[in-house]
Amino acid sequence: MNYETVIGLEVHVELFTKSKVFCGCSTEFGGDPNTHCCPVCLGMPGVLPVTNKKAVEYAIKAGLALNCEIAEYSKFDRKNYFYPDLPKAYQISQYDLPLAKNGYIEIEVGGKTRRIGITRVHLEEDAGKLVHEEGKGYSLVDLNRTGVPLIEIVSEPDMRSPEEAWLYLNKLKSILQYIEVSDCKMEEGSLRCDVNISIRPEGSDAFGTKIEIKNLGSFKAVRRSLEYEEKRQREVLEDGGSLIQETRRWDEARGITVSMRSKEEAHDYRYFPDPDLVPMVLDRDWIEEIKANLPELPDARKERYMREFGLPAYDAGVITSSRALSDFYEECIVHYHDPKTVSNWVMVEMMGLMNEQGLEVEQIRFKPKQLANMLSMIDKGTISGKIAKEVFRDMFETGKDPETIVREKGLVQISDESELEKIAKKVIDENPKSVQDYKNGKEKALGFLVGQMMKETRGKANPQMVNDILKKLLG
Amino acid sequence: MELHKLTIHEAHELLKKKEISSEELTKALFERIKNVDDKVKAFITLDEERALLVSRNADKKGDFSHPLTGIPAAVKDNICTKDLKTTCSSKILANFVPPYDATVSSKLKTRDVVVLGKTNMDEFAMGSSTENSAFFATRNPWDLERVPGGSSGGSAAAVAADECIFAIGSDTGGSIRQPAGYCGVVGMKPTYGRVSRFGLVAYASSLDQIGPITKDVTDCAIVLNAIAGHDEMDSTSADIPVPDYTESLKPDVRGMKIGIPKEYMGEGIDAEIRDAVMEAARTFEKMGAFFEEISLPHTEYALWAYYIIAPAEASSNLARYDGIRYGVRAKEYDDLIDLYKKTRSEGFGAEVKRRIMLGTYALSSGYYDAYYLKAQKVRTLVKRDFDEAFKKYDFILVPTAPTVAFKIGENTDDPLKMYMNDVCTIPVNMAGLPGISLPCGFSGGMPIGLQLIGKPFDEPTILRAAYAFEQATDFHKNKPGIEVIE
Repeated sequence: MNYETVIGLEVHVELFTKSKVFCGCSTEFGGDPNTHCCPVCLGMPGVLPVTNKKAVEYAIKAGLALNCEIAEYSKFDRKNYFYPDLPKAYQISQYDLPLAKNGYIEIEVGGKTRRIGITRVHLEEDAGKLVHEEGKGYSLVDLNRTGVPLIEIVSEPDMRSPEEAWLYLNKLKSILQYIEVSDCKMEEGSLRCDVNISIRPEGSDAFGTKIEIKNLGSFKAVRRSLEYEEKRQREVLEDGGSLIQETRRWDEARGITVSMRSKEEAHDYRYFPDPDLVPMVLDRDWIEEIKANLPELPDARKERYMREFGLPAYDAGVITSSRALSDFYEECIVHYHDPKTVSNWVMVEMMGLMNEQGLEVEQIRFKPKQLANMLSMIDKGTISGKIAKEVFRDMFETGKDPETIVREKGLVQISDESELEKIAKKVIDENPKSVQDYKNGKEKALGFLVGQMMKETRGKANPQMVNDILKKLLG
Repeated sequence: MELHKLTIHEAHELLKKKEISSEELTKALFERIKNVDDKVKAFITLDEERALLVSRNADKKGDFSHPLTGIPAAVKDNICTKDLKTTCSSKILANFVPPYDATVSSKLKTRDVVVLGKTNMDEFAMGSSTENSAFFATRNPWDLERVPGGSSGGSAAAVAADECIFAIGSDTGGSIRQPAGYCGVVGMKPTYGRVSRFGLVAYASSLDQIGPITKDVTDCAIVLNAIAGHDEMDSTSADIPVPDYTESLKPDVRGMKIGIPKEYMGEGIDAEIRDAVMEAARTFEKMGAFFEEISLPHTEYALWAYYIIAPAEASSNLARYDGIRYGVRAKEYDDLIDLYKKTRSEGFGAEVKRRIMLGTYALSSGYYDAYYLKAQKVRTLVKRDFDEAFKKYDFILVPTAPTVAFKIGENTDDPLKMYMNDVCTIPVNMAGLPGISLPCGFSGGMPIGLQLIGKPFDEPTILRAAYAFEQATDFHKNKPGIEVIE
């Protein structure tokens, strides 16, 4: 039987407001344990929460960027459970009246646009962290993170493959970075993802048994765990077994999912409206103002790149996938006339080195204008395209101006005809066999001779001139 | 002169004229406490050294223009006081010293009010007799065999026994008014949102309100002036200007319309109390007011709805006492769950556990609609009853409690009977209205409380009517016959 995979995602994103969502403490990541805390986020007796308006604004911004309807009336609820990282033993969250709902994200799958529904976006507070020390009979509690604003973004079960889930996550991250509400760093925990996956016989409308997967530390882990789980579920069903609704943990090292708890053990969170916070009536003018101030989003920017810069869809997609990359690119083309050449250099050389060294755009040492200058040097014949790659690598490592690098390393292209002729004669004298081959009609032999010239000039010879001169001399 | 017997306004006059010093006054109160608190047991913690320091400081500044400057007061032990133990009369917070002040505490401190100490209460404000204190029961100064009421029993008893000039209490279902009534003093629960709850250890957040317990109505207005107002630290506090409540203190009720709801005057209310309330109505009538019987039809459901909503909120509010960060932790435990279980089993008393269980049940999946949601609907209906009545009447006159103070131990085995004590006060919290209790008679030598209920934020009207009644009667001048054993 053929099965269809059904995937839905719950993504938690920390908003980077300066202060926490219900008190004035700093949200800064890191810091010595329990130094970004006050009686309010510590849940001391008698203290009360006060909503940070900026956090509400960021959540609304996210809702709008995800094409959601923004609630006119919203409220906070308490989600009750005991855990040492949750000082009040309840999390202030939103239950039945989230700030935003009914939105969507569009992803490109196999050249087609797929719309993935967003069920809701709600605002809540983050919990603290437990530090478990190996071999010690205790755990330590760090409450710096307690009360950092989070939005939870729940998708509809609209994804049909691990790849779609991966594309959805990337698009979501990209949108949230564009609107500057979160840095979405999964390794620092500012973006967290839980997934739900089930499979069903192709053509069926009913959902299969839902499995939730937790402990996903990277987008790659999301994809791998889904691929694993899709296969596992299919095998269970094909062997005539049945699945139970449960939560499973992704074991990154072993590359498998492991059962954590079944539905019967699920919590009853006893949600009820938080009586310490008054319901929010969201002013329409305020919403409109937030909407009007939304920046250009990735899809719109991609289209603009295709339209205005004539970039192929692929290039435009890659460059606009990250706001920082795209901003870098746009700054480059202010100083350089050919957008396609820039996109080639950015996508191949720059992103290649970034991947190799695990760097983010923000960490790049040179300025966009330096890349533009280097490209102009190629156009002027100061350096060859081949030498440019060497210059680029140096610029990437050191942040030095391309002019400086070329000067210091003596990389200026040799375009002096008499000098090149001198070298060409030397090469011809030293390689009689290749010369003979060429004269006998072996075109390939010319390539060898060109290579020898390049070797002599350490790659600095103007390639076009080398070709022309050799042909002339071998006449 | 017996300084401990002074009211705020009397003491203020003397302080202003420099006839007495705040230090003398403070020392007189500690003397009084030493003489009678063995019997009354109103205080959990005394803060003598700091209190004397504050009083001396007030004397040194010498500026007694504010009526509360240099006045010794007692604060209920669920209102946080910086660097002074705040236990909520619970074992679980027996060692808790807050590093911050409640907004009300800091407002008092700004005026150089001398905080003598912290008063006993029912654990986490859950109770009507102060017998639920984990430490000891407070006694009614009028009869040491009887309860002072609760949960602010320590504060009311301290005022009645002249162990302080005034006290601060909190009221979730009657916890200021009922003990004030039982102890023959004046107690007010302001409108919900009138006084900041920041630093008041939460029992039921949507019902809790801090208020004054004083020797007369004038003092009540003075204290309310000092503690009312918007607070950025409390989202539920109202951003409504605070009038000068002492300006309401005019003995003039001419033309006022008073409603007396029959639901508060029927079965279950002692006959002598009903008589006293009717007598009070006639007193108002003589002064030119008009009264008639009205109906608040949903009254009978208010009590039961309260016992869903208050425990539901409490079950969540009290979940933070888990032994992890502060308070008392069980000494021995096997693992995390065992730590929670033992800490909370040992740390909470029976009534607190009862309400946590009630509330947890009411919020549980599958029961939420039938209990919590339904109770909220009842609450709306109760509020609507009042809204209707206030279209026609200036205030509502009812008893503060169905009986006078009962004997210690009399109701401890019957929670339902105990809960009935709040039947006249709970609807006021459910509707978020202001209510004041003041003495209106005696039954078997015990004070009877008269309750005036006002429109939201219309404390001025009930203060004015209460003041007029006080001026026309002598009940507040009676003092309990508690004698000093020399």
